[in-house]
Amino acid sequence: MNSRIALFALTTALTLPGLALARPVTLATRMAAYGGDGAYLAIYLTDAQGAYVRSLWLAGPRSKYHRHLSGWYRATGGDASQINGITGASVGAGKTLEVTVDLADALIDAGYVLHMDAAVEDMRESPDEVTVPLTSAGAGKAVRGRRYVADFSYHF
Amino acid sequence: MIRALHRWPGLLAMLLVSALALSGAALSVFPAAERMSAPAAAPGLSVAALAARVQAAHPAVEQIRRAPSGRFTAYWFEGGTPGAAIIDPATGADLGAAGPNRAERWLTELHRSLFLGDGGRIATAAAAGAMLVLALTGAALVARRAGGWRRWFSPQRGPLAARLHVELGRLAILGLAFSSLTALWMTASTFGYLPDEAATPPQPPATSGLTGAALSRMPLLAATPASALRDLTFPAQGDAADLYTLTTATGTGLVDQGTGATLGWADNSGWQAVTETIYSLHTGRGAAVIGLVLGLAALSVPAMVVTGTVLWLAGRRGRPRLRGNAPAGKADIVILVGSEGGSTWGFAATLGSALGRFGPAVHVAPMAGFDPGRFPRAAGYIILAATYGEGAAPQSARGFLDRLAALAAAPRAPVAVLGFGDRSFPGYCAFAEDVARLAEARGWPAFLPFDRVDRQSPQDFARWGRALGAVMGIDLQLNHQPVPPAGIGLALLSRRDYGDKVGAPTTILRFALPPVTLWQRLAGRGFARFQAGDLLGILPEGSPVPRFYSLASGRRDGFIEIVVRKHEGGLCSGQLAALRPGQTVHAFLRRNPGFRAGRGSAPLILIGAGTGIGPLAGLLRANRRGRPVHLFFGLRHPDSDFLYGEELDGWRRDGRLDRLITAASRGERPHYVQDALRREAALVAGLVRGGARVMVCGGREMAAGVSAALGEILAPAGLSPALLKAEGRYAEDIY
Repeated sequence: MNSRIALFALTTALTLPGLALARPVTLATRMAAYGGDGAYLAIYLTDAQGAYVRSLWLAGPRSKYHRHLSGWYRATGGDASQINGITGASVGAGKTLEVTVDLADALIDAGYVLHMDAAVEDMRESPDEVTVPLTSAGAGKAVRGRRYVADFSYHF
Repeated sequence: MIRALHRWPGLLAMLLVSALALSGAALSVFPAAERMSAPAAAPGLSVAALAARVQAAHPAVEQIRRAPSGRFTAYWFEGGTPGAAIIDPATGADLGAAGPNRAERWLTELHRSLFLGDGGRIATAAAAGAMLVLALTGAALVARRAGGWRRWFSPQRGPLAARLHVELGRLAILGLAFSSLTALWMTASTFGYLPDEAATPPQPPATSGLTGAALSRMPLLAATPASALRDLTFPAQGDAADLYTLTTATGTGLVDQGTGATLGWADNSGWQAVTETIYSLHTGRGAAVIGLVLGLAALSVPAMVVTGTVLWLAGRRGRPRLRGNAPAGKADIVILVGSEGGSTWGFAATLGSALGRFGPAVHVAPMAGFDPGRFPRAAGYIILAATYGEGAAPQSARGFLDRLAALAAAPRAPVAVLGFGDRSFPGYCAFAEDVARLAEARGWPAFLPFDRVDRQSPQDFARWGRALGAVMGIDLQLNHQPVPPAGIGLALLSRRDYGDKVGAPTTILRFALPPVTLWQRLAGRGFARFQAGDLLGILPEGSPVPRFYSLASGRRDGFIEIVVRKHEGGLCSGQLAALRPGQTVHAFLRRNPGFRAGRGSAPLILIGAGTGIGPLAGLLRANRRGRPVHLFFGLRHPDSDFLYGEELDGWRRDGRLDRLITAASRGERPHYVQDALRREAALVAGLVRGGARVMVCGGREMAAGVSAALGEILAPAGLSPALLKAEGRYAEDIY
């Protein structure tokens, strides 16, 4: 039985090109039945060169475990200011997470990549559980995660 | 105070604590099972060698982990699907699928948060706190009960529930305190109240950008033994900028995948090390044996909850119910009760309700735990005190004199002391007199002179009540009919008669054991538990006042036996002397903890005359372990009143009795038991010097004679009956 966790976040203004034109993007994640405790997830954006741009969502309340989201942690050093106001509960096996963020138009179809790291207690860490280019064509297309995520998609 | 601190957390948190203890005990099994099934790494095996073996089997390996149990798990990603397996460190081969155990995960979630998230974690932490308070106060109570910390493991007596509670408690207390303390630490760590964040090595400025260094050429991995490994994460495939990350018991390091060079290392902080140790000890992960020990200790918790609740209920039932007892803080008049068997409580209840009819708020409380600060509004105190033995405080007044002596100042509200006792005893109202004397010495004003009530006399009590009423200006009528203790019908099984010819008609009466309820058995009440030397209260027809007889049998014997001498005109002894098998008497049990043989193996010197042989015979019958016993028995004539003559022969043969020395007061060579003692002075003195315990049972004159004779015998050794009494080696049961 899937309970639906609908979360909305309005991110604060960012010093990014084309700030003036932004649109809400919904990120939908459905977890697989991986048979473990609630997963910690970090969703963030890198540029074409793989350099960290910004965080979009972090599911998992305790900062002491954030280092297990190893890709995100390596990029940010666990900086709490990166996830200020965009955190929520961890996501259990078989559950869904849906969040809406504002993304500048300039980020779309410009080589930027969405990443999701996942970690589960007593199970393997999964950096880059999902990596998917942020493109108009890719919107609405579900991609499989590596271990814990059944499918992930984004919608404009 | 300590008892209240023990009782309330126990009662409030018992269900929660039981659930945590049971789930904890169940969880303790998993690490031990895992430990036994996990193949161990060879002593010389390095992380580099292990990683190479795993990589040979699974080229796309991403991570190798070692659980504290020693189990290695490898994770890989091949052909678009993730895989994981437990691996044999000797070969790198798969041993079976990895994954958390379902039952273990369910139990863990129950144990740490009751499936309620953070709210549940806080509740379980509160339960752990309650458990810690219970362990600490319980330890203090055990020590108090045993008579000091050094006697922690001294043998226990008392009702089954009390014994179980203490026995289990003192075995488990350390484990329970440890589990609850570590639980609190882990909760604090989870909520981020401790500075025990994991160390992370600083990011290196740049990697070589190369890939493909052999694992064996990585100094950090080659130098780290596999047994110290926590986690080795391989660089992501196709990412030349990524690194090997090695986590060990002591810290975390980064290794370049192209050159094999160590690019950074961070030691764990002391806090983190402590947290990891605590985690390991609490969960048993990495300390399976300790985990099992803690699990066993936790198993005692449900039993302690049950026995503790039984004790609490038994304690509540034991005290008479007082109707309309005002709260301590609002009491105008405070009645303090010192009672051994409970009858004085009855007088207090009568007095309390009679006074209450005139308006004042009356609070009745035990003398023990006396604290005037609890009675801010008290305008007067009334102390009703019985006496235990020859002047000791009765049960509900233990420690009263010390507390009164220790007060900074006596209460300002005046006091009246009334003693309850039996005029035929030498220490008639001796304890109440001590109370009155100390009250005067401490400057506690009296509003009524000290008075006494003899043998629960309603007349004495009513007379004192009129005097009390006169002082208070009220017409106080105290009409107290002592409520006889609830007796039970005992059916006579058999009787043996002696001594008719020598003018001392004496009968050994044996009664059937009455049925015992489960509650009595658990709470150790009624006839569920008794031993020779305890007292049987018999309620004769025509008198509400019970007569007490020393028991000549214990529960294990399966019958109730007393020895009764018929007195001229004696109401109770007359009825007993006329009792035929099948007929019943009403009786109840009263414990007599002062007259016990004690456990040890020190020799016993038993001295008794006439019916005083009864409890001594009971002790002999119970002496199945063959403790050395010397019996001095005073009688009139061996042909007539040699009570237990046949049994004594048998007990001597089977080793329950070493020596029997009789003293006959009639016949060829009349002498008394004290004369026999003097004749055996060397034997007696030698036994006492060697640690023997003396028990005397019989009439007052005989006891005085025995005490004098022993005084003479022991004087050369620098000992006396008084000294032995102080050491708890001289017990008397005198009537």
